[in-house]
Amino acid sequence: MGVALEVRGLRKGFRYDGGWLDVLADVSFHIGHNEFVTLLGPSGCGKTTVCNIVAGLIPPDAGAIRLDGEDAGPRRGRVAYMQQKDLLLPWRTVLDNALLALEIQGAPRGPARREAREMLRRFGLEGFERAYPAVLSGGMRQRVALVRTLLSRRDLLVLDEPFGALDAMTRRAMQGYLRTVQAEFGKTVLFITHDVEEAVLLSDRIYILTPRPARIRAEVRVDLPRPRRSTDPGVVEHKARLLGLLELEEVSP
Amino acid sequence: MTVARPREAVPAAAERVPAAVLPPRPRTPWTGHLLAGVGHVLPPAALLAGVLLLWEGAVRAFRLPFYILPAPSRIAELVVTERGLLLGQAAATLAEVVVGFAIAFVGGVLLALLIFSSRTVERAVYPLIIASQTIPVFAIAPLLIVWFGYGMASKVVMAALIVFFPIVVNTVDGLRATDPDMVNLFLILGATPAQILWRLRIPAALPFIFSGVRIAVATSVIGAVIGEWVGATQGLGFLMIHANAQLHVDLVFAAIVYLSVMAVGLFLAVSAIEWAALPWRRLTT
Repeated sequence: MGVALEVRGLRKGFRYDGGWLDVLADVSFHIGHNEFVTLLGPSGCGKTTVCNIVAGLIPPDAGAIRLDGEDAGPRRGRVAYMQQKDLLLPWRTVLDNALLALEIQGAPRGPARREAREMLRRFGLEGFERAYPAVLSGGMRQRVALVRTLLSRRDLLVLDEPFGALDAMTRRAMQGYLRTVQAEFGKTVLFITHDVEEAVLLSDRIYILTPRPARIRAEVRVDLPRPRRSTDPGVVEHKARLLGLLELEEVSP
Repeated sequence: MTVARPREAVPAAAERVPAAVLPPRPRTPWTGHLLAGVGHVLPPAALLAGVLLLWEGAVRAFRLPFYILPAPSRIAELVVTERGLLLGQAAATLAEVVVGFAIAFVGGVLLALLIFSSRTVERAVYPLIIASQTIPVFAIAPLLIVWFGYGMASKVVMAALIVFFPIVVNTVDGLRATDPDMVNLFLILGATPAQILWRLRIPAALPFIFSGVRIAVATSVIGAVIGEWVGATQGLGFLMIHANAQLHVDLVFAAIVYLSVMAVGLFLAVSAIEWAALPWRRLTT
């Protein structure tokens, strides 16, 4: 299994209120092809900053990012990105939102529409192609956003707390969709969450981040059979271990 | 919130209905909106009818001469019998308004794009644009006559000047209102600046532009009429000045009726264009 993404020695700070805020102290991790890797950390620990750097939105102060063994530089349009906000364009129908990435890449319209229709069907959105986002529920909107992300034809998906705003049941369903998609399309996933259970249910490996400024505190491999349920003994055990690792950091001065 | 359909109920229901059954397209045709509007139109219409009746009664009771205050019935009669004259003058005024408005719209949107895309232009031009609003445009109407003559041009300029500001300001506001997270999404997808402008910023600004245009289009009628008062050879304003001088106050009122109808018509036309151009807005307003 080759390395799809390698992040080494990432450091980033921001000017803040006249002072300086160190967000990332030293973050290094890697993701193999078709691997599902989660960055788990407390809120505000800089997870989103890692995403923005990997996506090429902001440059790091120090450190390197290598995609498929090549230095990524500041180029954009190299990963598929999805966040908590669905960011659907309200003036576009579900279908036109889904194929936004293809349109920006200049893909021919006919095949792009066919591809988007097919993908929407798989995500239970058949019949809603011509609906506007305003009439959809939160879960449906997030599914459209997921379809848009998948259709950007990037092998690396960066998912920044994508289900954070959803209710528990919808969230569970979305996690199922995501697993299926990842297994089926052979995508590599960098997943961000602060939900321990979500991390255990979905991931192959988990990196635990310290509170700001972020470092990698621990790396946990989740060698559990799939599908996983939150009540499986292995899952419960991993949850307890991860919670311990997170709390250890919170109580220390 | 004029539509009875509760917004929150739609997604919940949509989730349960099998996809094939649900018609995803917006359901209410614009005639439906009109029908729904009847309930809102009725009370002011009744009030207006009451005022007109009172007016009619007062004119008859006190035997007011028509050159002081004509009765509504007399005005209504003129509106019909003098329609040839009035329509001809209205057409002249309408032409001034439409041409002036079109010039201001194109120029205003272009300037807004410049202001938005260049810090230098913004710093130099935007404060002046806002400061220029302290100059009453009506005060320079006589100058416009001197510069552009008694013909159509001076009135076109007048109408354009009046609507230029709301169009520029609303368009700039609209361009700035784009969600920065959406801009980031486009950047991550590898979009070019032109793609971000045409596929994100301009569509996002359209509702703002339309609200500016709706305000502007009614005031542009005022601009044209003031221009005609100051000096003109045709138009409803020109007709009013002459009728007034000859104590044809009834004809002045008839001209006002035509002007009002014109302004309302323009407002409705803009609303209809907005309705057709922004189908997604029908769901949220």
